[in-house]
Amino acid sequence: MSRYDRQIKLKEVGPEGQEKLCNAKVLIVGVGGLGCPAAMYLVGAGVGKIGLMDHDKVDISNLHRQVLFQESDVGKPKALVAKEHLEKQNSEVQFESYEEPLTSDNAQKIISQYDVILDGTDNFETKYLINDACLLADKPWVFASIYKNEGQLSVFNYSDGPTYRCVFPKSTRQNISCEATGVLGVLPGILGTLQAAEVLKVILETGEVLSGKLKLINMMQASEQTIKINKRPEEIEKIRKEGISPVYIDCDLKYAEHWYLDVREVFEQPKPKGKKVLSIPLNDLTSRYQEIPNNQEVFVFCQSGKRSKNAIEILKNEFGFHNLKNVEGGIETIIDG
Amino acid sequence: MKVTVKYFGLVAEAADKSEEVMELKGQLTASDLKAQCLNGLSIADKDSVQIAVNQNLDDKINLKDGDEVALLPPFAGG
Repeated sequence: MSRYDRQIKLKEVGPEGQEKLCNAKVLIVGVGGLGCPAAMYLVGAGVGKIGLMDHDKVDISNLHRQVLFQESDVGKPKALVAKEHLEKQNSEVQFESYEEPLTSDNAQKIISQYDVILDGTDNFETKYLINDACLLADKPWVFASIYKNEGQLSVFNYSDGPTYRCVFPKSTRQNISCEATGVLGVLPGILGTLQAAEVLKVILETGEVLSGKLKLINMMQASEQTIKINKRPEEIEKIRKEGISPVYIDCDLKYAEHWYLDVREVFEQPKPKGKKVLSIPLNDLTSRYQEIPNNQEVFVFCQSGKRSKNAIEILKNEFGFHNLKNVEGGIETIIDG
Repeated sequence: MKVTVKYFGLVAEAADKSEEVMELKGQLTASDLKAQCLNGLSIADKDSVQIAVNQNLDDKINLKDGDEVALLPPFAGG
């Protein structure tokens, strides 16, 4: 009996549909709370090739919602570990793992190799980047985002339909992560599973694809509603004309007279302006510590305050810095305005 | 006229409610009502909040009695 017998029995799938699934290529950007359940169902359904992209490593605090990962995976790269687990689930699926972030340099090249893109990211910059690259490569993408107990879901750039910029034209720097707000594991589970369902409908060319609509789900209130969205042709034209530009979201820091050390990776946003802001990622500190002033107070920050604390430990214990102050709560607490 | 305003995400949080019925006087567009509802709320990026009237994304429409207005901030979590 075929592995896919139970879904082939559906008239919406059938042998032809299964053939379409086996020939389809899906890229999952962000293998986290949304990407894990989505990947498991797409692999189960027998999608031909799955790309798994994530530059992050598994943390113990991920396990309550990122259901692909186990305790023994903590500290290992998510894209690689996900690939290993999913290969055991279905050896007929081909996998490619990317242990790097999606950037304006690699987006078009990677996205053009897939048929549908599933957005499992946790920041606006990458969502706009996926949107613009998909628009230029003419690929549909399935969007989802969560905030505490609520979720948003839509399929963008599907069959000449609206894009993410048609709903939210303006970039915002209000990245608020699950780390900061808290989330119950089931919510990204629900949204990620709905994303997988949309991907399957897009591949099978069947049913009502959630294009031109934004679905809003409130898990605590057990309520949902669907908002109709229209195209904003001027937003689409602008991207077609200008292409992808690196999304640098500027910000000013309070107390511009102070020295700051940003220990985040170079792609992390927002990017503070100012001559007294040094950018040295945590992993480069041991090779670049000489650039840091040691005779006046320097405020060290990252996204949440965790990496900067580690950075100070390293700089203090290994290189004798005693002038560093941690910005508790991360960059959001020192942005001006 | 009476309109129902629904709040989502961090807007609901800042307003400390998910829904309210408002009594409005005179002619107002959806974006006028948004400005009125968000006034005084601590939301850093009010421009990014979108407005739907009767489940249609639209900020320019003139409101009428019985309308349902939704204030939708973008979410980024995953």
